[in-house]
Amino acid sequence: MSTALDEATFRSESPMAEFLRMERMPHIWCPGCGIGSVVNCFAEAVKKSGFDMDKLAVVSGIGCSGRVAGYVKLDSIHTTHGRAVPVATGLALANPELKVVVFSGDGDIVGIGGNHFIHAARRNMDLMVICINNFTYGMTGGQVTPTTPQTANASTTPYGNYEYPFSLPFLADACGATYVARWTSLHARNVTKSIREALNHKGFSFIEVISPCTTLYQRRNRLGDGMDALSYYREEAEVEKEVDTRDVGIDFQGDITMGRFVRREKPTYLDAVNERYANVLGDEYQLYGMTTPEREEKERREAEGRAKARAQMEDEEARLMAEDLGADEEGLG
Amino acid sequence: MLRTAADPKGVLSGAHFLDGDHAIAEGALAAGCRFFAGYPITPSTETAERFAERCPSVGGLFIQMEDEIASIGALVGAAWGGQKVMTVTSGPGLSLMLENLGLAVMTETPMVIADVQRAGPSTGLPTLPGQQDMMQVRWGSHGDYRIIALSPDSPQECFDLTVEAFNLSETYRVPVFIMTDETVGHMHEKVVIPPAEAIGVVPRNLYQGPKEDYRPYQFTGKDVAPMVRAGDGYRFHITGLTHDERGYPALTPAQNEKVVTHLCEKIDSNADKIIRLEEEEVDGADVLVVSYGITSRIVSRAVQLAREAGIKAGTLRLITVWPFAEERIRELAGKVRAMVVPEINYGQMVREVERSAAGQCRVISVPHCAGAVHDPNVILAAIKEAST
Repeated sequence: MSTALDEATFRSESPMAEFLRMERMPHIWCPGCGIGSVVNCFAEAVKKSGFDMDKLAVVSGIGCSGRVAGYVKLDSIHTTHGRAVPVATGLALANPELKVVVFSGDGDIVGIGGNHFIHAARRNMDLMVICINNFTYGMTGGQVTPTTPQTANASTTPYGNYEYPFSLPFLADACGATYVARWTSLHARNVTKSIREALNHKGFSFIEVISPCTTLYQRRNRLGDGMDALSYYREEAEVEKEVDTRDVGIDFQGDITMGRFVRREKPTYLDAVNERYANVLGDEYQLYGMTTPEREEKERREAEGRAKARAQMEDEEARLMAEDLGADEEGLG
Repeated sequence: MLRTAADPKGVLSGAHFLDGDHAIAEGALAAGCRFFAGYPITPSTETAERFAERCPSVGGLFIQMEDEIASIGALVGAAWGGQKVMTVTSGPGLSLMLENLGLAVMTETPMVIADVQRAGPSTGLPTLPGQQDMMQVRWGSHGDYRIIALSPDSPQECFDLTVEAFNLSETYRVPVFIMTDETVGHMHEKVVIPPAEAIGVVPRNLYQGPKEDYRPYQFTGKDVAPMVRAGDGYRFHITGLTHDERGYPALTPAQNEKVVTHLCEKIDSNADKIIRLEEEEVDGADVLVVSYGITSRIVSRAVQLAREAGIKAGTLRLITVWPFAEERIRELAGKVRAMVVPEINYGQMVREVERSAAGQCRVISVPHCAGAVHDPNVILAAIKEAST
């Protein structure tokens, strides 16, 4: 079989063909990088959830993770550095039928884009933000980020990092995010399930995925290759239930506390807008021409859909548990 | 480009007593704008306030973002979500918007941005007028690009030109600026809003063909590809990277040449259709006063005094400031003795006048370091000097 045929077969018959712009493959990510794993989980979650892909949009910023928007076969916008969240906010508010997902990296979302991140969380904007946290600016060559653990070496902290890092779940929780989880790129089933939960969550959901940058963070810190990173995750990452997000900071090569830390119901930004205006203005208020009864009917249908999806997930979970599958990777219950 | 009547829901037909800032908000609503993202900044905030008050009852949405970077970012998203979008700001806010202005230009996203200019640099004189952002708006974002900018000289024109700004923005898929200033923004005058059927509105040109054939770009240098709305199944991709017709990154110098040439030529090759000027007593004039925005109203008085003193003075008002009316200026430069260019800055658009005049006549700058409009006598003195 020739290479050309292999490629053609790959493009047409890959299980990801429906989800990715196969004409754009191969992607730019390095061997051992975790971004592709997270994209796989995302695709799997979308497939399992039965979510209408026409109503799903991806917005990303700049950096390695920013390239996700260009590879997924969805409405997608690749924006400027740190600005994915405001663009996603505009998109979600302009067409409330959409579920808008932001793919980001640590430098992008809480470095240059930190202000937008905290305000979108505060507003409980109906967005899903996935942050692939590799503790470094990969695209620009391995500089220190707001999440780099102290003492870790980066190209701009050549003598080791001395800054205090952000703990992202704590930040998101404190700012008002209504769904907060953390996993590693090794824990693909948890990531998939978490994304599926977030697809069915209305409001600001934040999923951090600790992920290796083999080319820069691993190498510069003499931590070996991608496999070594995954071994570290396997040994040091533990699921904890009922954990306080104040206690989930990550030290250099230290314990990684994983889990779904926060899931709470709260009206979204647009819910609050609608409620306020409908209360004050009555029938006069018609966002994009939709009357209050029409909107309420639509919201009721959507809530039913989400409840059904959740019930379905719980059934599947129970079935898996009964079959004694996935017993080693719990933590979402 | 096809024009349809405005949606009567957003049109507050009748005679009103409005300031320029409020008139801009009414112009936006009349043009079909239903999404506004903004951040408070003097002296532009009244536009945002008016939109926030009016939008819930006309089916629109207002969001106060965390800063101007986010405001223009939200416009990019909302425009691709299917809405006509706008924001308003002043100098410091415009400075913050410049990076994402580049994103809007590169992704060919229609939007309208009103800049109610105040005196700078930096925080400067926040409550007083300036015309100091004229070059910033044209050149401030990195890379080569074109935008369109209109400069109203009255609240009535704030309304009229905002409608026009939306129409141009949809026609050329480009950010269009309303370059006004504190004086016009806060000046109350009669504003007549026509009935909806008398307001011509360019609707979003939405793609209609087979989904798999959709291309968000065409690099013709003349016209632009139709748009789609996220959620309608086209699965489009847009990026700030250099891209091909599909919107996919295409990172070669050859492709960048295609894209940049198109971004510039779609405006330059249509400049004669875009540019609007107002000329008065130009034929036989010895001196031509070139101005825009509020300064043109001060010029009226100066020219009146000059004519009383026997000087043949004509005026040219730039209603469209960008693209610049270089052909007309070049033509007139061969006919007059001198051009006088007063503006509330240390000399910005005068450089364009000088470049276009290309040495055919004297060009005299009448700068003003902002914070007030000119004293007509200062302009008169320049006209007198020019006539000798």
